[in-house]
Amino acid sequence: MSIVLDRLLERFPADIVSTHSNFGDDTALVRRERIVEILTFLRDGPEMLFDFAMDLTGVDYLGEEPRFEVVYHLYSLEKKRRVRIKVRLHEDDPVIDTAVSVWPGIDWYEREAWDMYGIVFRGHPNLKRILLYEAFEGHPLRKDYPKAKRQPTIGPEE
Amino acid sequence: MAVTHPKDGAPGYALTTLESLVAWGRKYSLYPFTFATACCGIEVMGAFGTHYDLSRFGAEVVRFSPRQADVLLVAGTINYKMAPVLKRIYDQMLEPKWVISMGACACSGGFYNNYTVLQGIDKILPVDVYIPGCPPNPEGIIDAVVRIQKIIETGAPRAVDRWPIK
Repeated sequence: MSIVLDRLLERFPADIVSTHSNFGDDTALVRRERIVEILTFLRDGPEMLFDFAMDLTGVDYLGEEPRFEVVYHLYSLEKKRRVRIKVRLHEDDPVIDTAVSVWPGIDWYEREAWDMYGIVFRGHPNLKRILLYEAFEGHPLRKDYPKAKRQPTIGPEE
Repeated sequence: MAVTHPKDGAPGYALTTLESLVAWGRKYSLYPFTFATACCGIEVMGAFGTHYDLSRFGAEVVRFSPRQADVLLVAGTINYKMAPVLKRIYDQMLEPKWVISMGACACSGGFYNNYTVLQGIDKILPVDVYIPGCPPNPEGIIDAVVRIQKIIETGAPRAVDRWPIK
């Protein structure tokens, strides 16, 4: 077990669902309620210093419950360490608090996850589509999205 | 109809209609606007290059402003997000204008039967000539330009007159 996961378990014993370090990839599955506190601790904790939010993405495990997952990939430029934080979200309530207050650069990743999976980031300053256009119907990376669906064609003025 | 003086060889005169004179001028000075979004664009470059040399047909002056172009050459996949951009470029071109749809993607969506790709640009634009192929040969582009010339020469109706397709 790595020091990062140890400290995380020590600090948030009730919020960590499970951890593993398979193949050297430290991973923690956490509950969504205190996600901002957990991420702030990862950024500021003395042994943590994860100052670089490399990526945020969504995953759709269709048929499982909870269905959705949000994955944070963090990197510490100081300690040269990586960690993955995963949060599972239910289909009927795919809402999680935004991490923009922790890393401003995570803004567009959250917009992408909203665009592709329909995951709502509560408190996000500008949660609208980033890659697709506003008239696009639905969230296409959901696994039940119809492959051959047709979209409305919009005019130049829209 | 042309008449020359048989004896002194002085230049004669020719009779024609103004329409056919204008059409003659137009057909040898087509300025294409290439809207290349995919691999078809490479074939367009080949057609304009020295080997195939599209300038033999008077269509070598590629204009990158739609205001100066006569022919919109759509070469490549057009997705739903790109569609309004293409439509605006078409709207900015001056009359008379013609549209060539090049390749399977522009003609019908090609093998992109999915939720992001427009299934043929004739959903949003009147298309005069379709070039099949994935991608078509440069000969196909030359043939399309010659067909546009035929439309101009014969005064055949343009696609815009019978558009949208029912």
